Amino acid sequence: MSLSRAKSRKRQRLYLIGAALLAAGGAAALGLTAFRDSVVFFFSPTELAEQSPMDPDRRLRIGGLVEEGSLQKLENGSTVTFTVTDMQHDVQVSYTGILPDLFREGQGVVAEGHMNPKGQFVAQEVLAKHDENYMPREVADALKKSGHWEEIEKQNAKNMRN
Amino acid sequence: MHRFAKPSVFLRLASAVMPWAVGITVLTLAVGLYLALVASPADYQQGDTVRIMYIHVPAAWMGLFCYVGMAICGAMSLIWKHPLADIAARATAPIGATFTALCLITGSLWGEPMWGTWWVWDARLTSMLILLFLYLGYMALVNAFDDPERGSKAGSALALVGVINVPIVKFSVDWWNTLHQPASVARMGGPSIDPSMLWPLFLIAIGFTGYYVIVLILRIRLELNERRIRALQLSGIGEDAPGSVQPVYNPEQAGAGE
Repeated sequence: MSLSRAKSRKRQRLYLIGAALLAAGGAAALGLTAFRDSVVFFFSPTELAEQSPMDPDRRLRIGGLVEEGSLQKLENGSTVTFTVTDMQHDVQVSYTGILPDLFREGQGVVAEGHMNPKGQFVAQEVLAKHDENYMPREVADALKKSGHWEEIEKQNAKNMRN
Repeated sequence: MHRFAKPSVFLRLASAVMPWAVGITVLTLAVGLYLALVASPADYQQGDTVRIMYIHVPAAWMGLFCYVGMAICGAMSLIWKHPLADIAARATAPIGATFTALCLITGSLWGEPMWGTWWVWDARLTSMLILLFLYLGYMALVNAFDDPERGSKAGSALALVGVINVPIVKFSVDWWNTLHQPASVARMGGPSIDPSMLWPLFLIAIGFTGYYVIVLILRIRLELNERRIRALQLSGIGEDAPGSVQPVYNPEQAGAGE
């Protein structure tokens, strides 16, 4: 009698904990979904295009791949311009300062700043975002030679749209 | 499962496991670290900086793994009142917190040269920091009560609520845009790390797990011994010869320092 009562109390505690976890998980999910715009670290060019025209005073971060061949140094020597793309939309970025070591054309980048009235993004800070691929140089060269590199680039662009 | 919750059974099992755990830990860490720091190739983008990964990633895995273990033990202590589950949860917390801190520190050291910043408040980094705070909160909470049972009840509840953070850490890089890269190993389509770099990573992860097992056993053993001493102090022995177990005030010793 007392043994079965102890057993049913244990079961009761198990269900109670399960229900409490479900409720807390649901609350967390609702909260995080509602505040999605503050949880994301940056907007992709596509998301930016959906929201335009942007308030020029609003500080925000944009992220994407640096388009191949788009990096240009302006005449003053310290300002660069480049295009950030997610393969669907592009944003022109201008930046004065030192670029991170990993800044490369074709690689990910996150820039913080604001849109100017001309639709150009003026960055105050530029961070490099590397992808999830790790390999020695020989393997990378082999992939480029065999033409599998494009799949990786496509995947990277897709990750940026998220 | 409940069979192993008996301290005597656990102690016997732990003694059998211990030499294996030590052997595996020493071997995998020695070979793993040699491969990671010397023999494995540099990354095509990141160069030799990639070697931080071999500590950073296994430490992150262990931070999450220990937390899940701690929460499961917390649930077992709440539901079935197993004293050993409570001891295991308390013993796991500082180990998990250390791994999480190691992950955050190595990540920061890695972020500076590669991303160009020590820290950003993106979803992955922030949720990992919350994981560290959950560990610290748990440790503070279980020791905040005079009655240890109330402490472990409150701590277990915190550990269980905090387990919601574990999938958030894991999937933060998929659910939201982050500066942190997406998953490289546990991902759809298999690992995106070259095998020559993946092996050292796995070896060190096994070594870290072995290290966790060793420290866990030592800490549980210590706690069981302490409880035994306390029980002896409270039982008859104390009445027969109080000086033998109970610390007595010794005027000569106390005066010696003055």
